[in-house]
Amino acid sequence: MRFTKDHEWVTLEGDIATIGISAHAAEQLGDVVFVETPEVGKSFKAGDSFAVVESVKAASDVYAPISGEVVDANTVLGDAPETVNADPENGGWFAKVKVADAGEYDALMDRAAYEAFLATQ
Amino acid sequence: MSDTPLKVTPLKVTPLNAAHIALGARMVEFAGYSMPVQYPDGVMKEHLWTREHCGIFDVSHMGQARLRGVSPLSAFEDVVPGDFIGLKPGRQKYSVLLNKKGGIIDDLMAGRPISPDGTHDDGLFVVVNGACKDNDFKVIDDELAGQVQIDRLEDRALIAVQGPEAAAVVQGLVPATADMVFMDIRSMPGFGTDLIISRSGYTGEDGYEISVPATKAVRVWNLLLTDERVRPIGLGARDSLRLEAGLPLYGHDLDTTVSPVEAGLTFAINKNRREQRDFPGAARIVAELAEGPARVKVCLRVLEGAPAREGAEVADDTGVIIGIVTSGGYSPCLKAGIALAFVPPAFKAPGTRLKVIVRGKPQAAEVVNSPFVPHRYVRKS
Repeated sequence: MRFTKDHEWVTLEGDIATIGISAHAAEQLGDVVFVETPEVGKSFKAGDSFAVVESVKAASDVYAPISGEVVDANTVLGDAPETVNADPENGGWFAKVKVADAGEYDALMDRAAYEAFLATQ
Repeated sequence: MSDTPLKVTPLKVTPLNAAHIALGARMVEFAGYSMPVQYPDGVMKEHLWTREHCGIFDVSHMGQARLRGVSPLSAFEDVVPGDFIGLKPGRQKYSVLLNKKGGIIDDLMAGRPISPDGTHDDGLFVVVNGACKDNDFKVIDDELAGQVQIDRLEDRALIAVQGPEAAAVVQGLVPATADMVFMDIRSMPGFGTDLIISRSGYTGEDGYEISVPATKAVRVWNLLLTDERVRPIGLGARDSLRLEAGLPLYGHDLDTTVSPVEAGLTFAINKNRREQRDFPGAARIVAELAEGPARVKVCLRVLEGAPAREGAEVADDTGVIIGIVTSGGYSPCLKAGIALAFVPPAFKAPGTRLKVIVRGKPQAAEVVNSPFVPHRYVRKS
């Protein structure tokens, strides 16, 4: 699992990346009440606004950690957005993306680097 | 996820700042103060706790003042549309400070605290919004120059105690508050100090707002928290609670262009004042009362998709933009998006189907009665 400074996580199996937000991000947001996942078939560049996650108080953008085309979105979040709080780095995934360049994955932070980054925040 | 840029301006603190930090609050800038937006429970739990039990809120950033003078009630009527000459000792009133064009400079509470022995002074105790307070008191001072003296009570904290168990909590600690009803206000001893206490609040629930000397604020706060029915509630839930109660928030639903008629606050324009037409902006406001305003505040329930937040456009069912959301969010009680919006009066009837445009997408919404969640004020029976 790799992480971005914007608190998204991504895992890569073959050329399919699964994307979500980190446990830290979910904790900071508080109770998630709505998630707008990206449409299947849409393409994103790393850093593009990719999804929206909403708490009682505010809406926050989620940025694509890696470039590619969306092949699947987590429909569970439609009825149970609280899954993002309950299981942020597994069941609370947002979307799966067919990646264009696996090199982008390698450039992201591993967990140790992400935790070191959080400690500086 | 986007990071919020750090504020570097030094913030003011309330007398309860250290108490919030000790409780694990997440502190944010609000009205120039460092304020608790939430405690470890989070906005959702804090909101529901207040609706079911009792929440306490630090609202010490709000501006408290005493207005004194030869006839302060009569003078005060020069800047507000309410009947303050007729305000009885021991009562408080919601009102709006108006500009010459009938726009709202701020909304406020003003009351005549009465002592347990029945005595009272002729002054008014006023509470205004924290973000507006310096300007409000300047406006009052300019407009009422020579008629009233404004004593700002910066040495007092303000704690709101709200929820269906608030009365039992407060009455357990200060039994003499038991016979107060909604909008009663007293100046009395309690919690080992002197209080200015009103039976009011801004959540739609029963409760009290308690002004205490700053030096006693922590003691009162901690005494309230010893009751297991009581939890501390941050500004996040304060906002979602007032939204469910259909209550407008200054700087969002109210500003210097919005009249009290547009904002649905006609109850604050008393009949005798309408006839006298002697308040700022009376020409516009009386005309709006007679002919209807160009736009009105409505309550919207979002029927699908994401919550509609401040700034979202409102369209009719053919897609024509007719208005804008001035505050909106997720209702923890209704488990749906709710919003306050301004639209032409033709669209104000409950049941009217509208669209809210969220991130470019039209979503179905419906005009509903205000409030979204029933008020539970304790009035005279």
